[in-house]
Amino acid sequence: MAASLDGGYIALRLRFQYPVRLKLAAPLLWLPPLAFLVIFYFYPLGRILQVSFARGEGGLPALASQFMSTPYVARVLWFTIWQAALSTLLTLLVGLPGAYLLARYEFRGKSFLLAVTAIPFVLPTLVVAIAFSALLGPRGWVNLALMEILHLPQPPLQFVNTLGAILVAHIFYNTTIVLRMVGDFWSHLDPKLSQAAQVLGASRWKSMLTVTLPLLMPIILTAGLLVFIFDFTSFGVILILGGPHFTTLEVEIYNQTISYFNLPLAATLCILQLVCTLSLTILYTSLSRRLSRPLSLRPRSYTQHRLTSWSSRILAGLLVLFLLGLLTVPLIALATRSIISIEPANSQQPIQSPKLTLDYYRELSTNRTGSLFFVPPTTAIGISLAYATTTVILALCLGLPASWALANNASSPLSRAFDPILMLPLGTSAVTLGLGFIVALDRPPLDLRASLLLIPLAHTLVAFPFVVRSLTPALYSIRPRLRQAASVLGASPLQVFRVVDLPLVGRALFVAATFAFMISMGEFGATALITRPEYPTVPVMIYRFISQPGAFNYGRALALSTLLMGITAAGMLVIERFRIADVGEF
Amino acid sequence: MNRKFPFYLQPIFGTIICFLILISMQGCSAMTAPTAPSSPTASGPRTLKVMTHDAFAISQGVEATFESQYNVKVEFIKSGDAGTALNKAILSKGNPLGDVLYGVDNAFLSRALDEGIFEPYNSPLLANIDAQYKLDPQNRALPVDNGDVCLVYDKAYFAQHNLPPPQTLQDLAKPEYKSLLVVENPANSSPGLAFLLTTIGNFGQEGYLDYWKQLKANDLLVVNDWETAYNTEFSGSSGKGPRPIVVSYDSDPAFEVINASTPISEPPIASIVSDNTCFRQIEFAGILKGARNRDLAEKWIDFMLSPTFQEDMPLQMYVFPVNSNAKLGDVFAKFLVRPKQTATVSPQDIAANRDKWLQAWTEAILH
Repeated sequence: MAASLDGGYIALRLRFQYPVRLKLAAPLLWLPPLAFLVIFYFYPLGRILQVSFARGEGGLPALASQFMSTPYVARVLWFTIWQAALSTLLTLLVGLPGAYLLARYEFRGKSFLLAVTAIPFVLPTLVVAIAFSALLGPRGWVNLALMEILHLPQPPLQFVNTLGAILVAHIFYNTTIVLRMVGDFWSHLDPKLSQAAQVLGASRWKSMLTVTLPLLMPIILTAGLLVFIFDFTSFGVILILGGPHFTTLEVEIYNQTISYFNLPLAATLCILQLVCTLSLTILYTSLSRRLSRPLSLRPRSYTQHRLTSWSSRILAGLLVLFLLGLLTVPLIALATRSIISIEPANSQQPIQSPKLTLDYYRELSTNRTGSLFFVPPTTAIGISLAYATTTVILALCLGLPASWALANNASSPLSRAFDPILMLPLGTSAVTLGLGFIVALDRPPLDLRASLLLIPLAHTLVAFPFVVRSLTPALYSIRPRLRQAASVLGASPLQVFRVVDLPLVGRALFVAATFAFMISMGEFGATALITRPEYPTVPVMIYRFISQPGAFNYGRALALSTLLMGITAAGMLVIERFRIADVGEF
Repeated sequence: MNRKFPFYLQPIFGTIICFLILISMQGCSAMTAPTAPSSPTASGPRTLKVMTHDAFAISQGVEATFESQYNVKVEFIKSGDAGTALNKAILSKGNPLGDVLYGVDNAFLSRALDEGIFEPYNSPLLANIDAQYKLDPQNRALPVDNGDVCLVYDKAYFAQHNLPPPQTLQDLAKPEYKSLLVVENPANSSPGLAFLLTTIGNFGQEGYLDYWKQLKANDLLVVNDWETAYNTEFSGSSGKGPRPIVVSYDSDPAFEVINASTPISEPPIASIVSDNTCFRQIEFAGILKGARNRDLAEKWIDFMLSPTFQEDMPLQMYVFPVNSNAKLGDVFAKFLVRPKQTATVSPQDIAANRDKWLQAWTEAILH
């Protein structure tokens, strides 16, 4: 199809109407995801809030006055919002140039780059803290080098327990969301649109700003929303890297629940957090509805080209170096530490030549103390992969119908009502929901309190919004004309879905699956809350090692973290292969 | 366009099938999860459920002794950190997750007793336990283990700087110990709370905040969790951080030897055990109200208090016996020095003032 026609088409958008039979089916599509959310989200959350408020003395008025009289709450809320907004903005700034590079150019090692940038997402915060202090801590490489070069008596960089640490860690964790979501959508955007603008006299920058950026806006908003909610509900990063001077709502909910056992206040804070998430999502939905438009998506072979000129190669090289520097140098520091023998009692002595060792990897499989809960690393990896696979299947099964209903009946009241609700699980305090499971799912047939199934279910709650957000823009952007054409040629609505929607959405399906996989592999909070000790995931094992004294434990934690990094990267590469070979292209 | 797809590839069927699978998985799990009270049938052993915090560990062999002795299967349910596990037990009161809860320490004990989650049990083994550990006269919560939170220092630092290690809490406020100490936030961490209680035991309710302000002026570092304090900030651990004094456990020197990666003869660190500088943490277990297997739960409590289990604890959980008949291994005889006199704050005082102290501390030191 000619490019000029495409441009005109965008302005002259026609809504394709599905026949009546399928319209009736649309509410039916809502059934599985909503049933899931009602049973495993709204019911437990409602129960715990009810139980919490019932414990309050003097009822709601007393609570409200207690709540209002604490300036602390306002301070915490304000900090939570602005640190999340700043983190999101910085993450987008770091991620968007990378997304452009990945979207528009074909170069060697690209899938490797994409796989490696996903690793931070799955690492437990305690391990990331070790990685950062190996680099930027008072005795980190950077500070030691600066002290050496500048002859300083004290380490010049203060990183841990600063706002900077929070921001850097948030960027480190979430850049992959921007790279994947925006990069993938962008890679299928027809470059002829901006080329046409340039032919008509616009500069490169102008065509980027006036043509490409508006077309990308919906997906940038989506990625931004997800990153924001993650930063907004940030817990481990604030607690461990930010230190005790910074408190977000999520941290305060945990403190009120665990330290003070003030459940009514914790529940109030939890509702406050939900109200924020909900209003943000409603804002997002209305914005993205206004900005989305059907597009003609193109295969990558059509949109991507090689880096030809030297200047573009150098620019691309610098960009790749920057991304790798930010996202992989801490990982390398960690992996290096895992193979260097830890010498006892030499902390104040000059650095000796490091001895390389694989002892910590070997020790991973030995049960020195004969502990009942010991599992070899292969078993832990197997358990993690089993949970991750279950999560991917569940999240796709629930997310596909939801996003299909959203994309095709965007204006129906049902969709308008359900759309913002889907994001709520992401904005819910993990400790509150964890206790909700205990009070709600406690009677047969749903006594899941100690069930292994609870872990993939909890992971699915987090992965499901990701799946919906990855799929909906792709489904929405399918041009109605394609469906009309199929329909005119005699295809039934189901056939239309199969031959038009499914192949076009295949690539987004893979992005969604990747996210579900990563979320499950790295999730620690819910897993730690409901774990059965005989079935630890890799992050749970890492935590067990690191919470005990001794070089043997410290070394094993680093070794297992390195294995987790390797497995995640391998998993990403495998998914990437699938995508190239299968329906990812059209 | 006319390719035929099998019915299961059609989207609506697909989702319905997925949903059915989901439902059936729940059904299965509900069936396999032994929710019904286990009864002594001919079909197999009964199941005892033990709820613990996530630091719980036990040797395979020790657990097997119990299982074979009473023909019982023990299922452990780890429920998060100590505070989370207790909250879960409170919220599931009346329909408990397990028969026994282990892992309530003396800082949380009042919460557990006030909420009435335990049934009393006068175990015969209490006779072998020193009175200092028995904080609940009604024996709803029975002491299982103890450990001391002390100041731990990096020996190399003090040797190189020709500085004697501090001996009292007051020493820490002196200029020669400026910028040396890292502590945990008492609101988030159990050793952190223990150290706060140490200072209250020394300086009283009126004086402890003034002491903390002196520490703050002496460039005290507060982090949220033990892992960061010990692994990242403390110079004597494998993480080789910048600060040579940390709030941790008196057993750490012994465990640095036991858990060394290459065998070492001397620990690189030592703990300060002079009078009133440590706080003794005691962990309790109790039979949960509404336990389905009260008889087995009693047997399990007896087992936890018996020398077999008590002697297994140090290497598994880094805590020490309360049963005076339990013996410690050689390595502990060599490297473990325990304080003679720990700081004391009465359990009633802790129960009445814990939240107030924490809030005042947070306000004075963090804000």
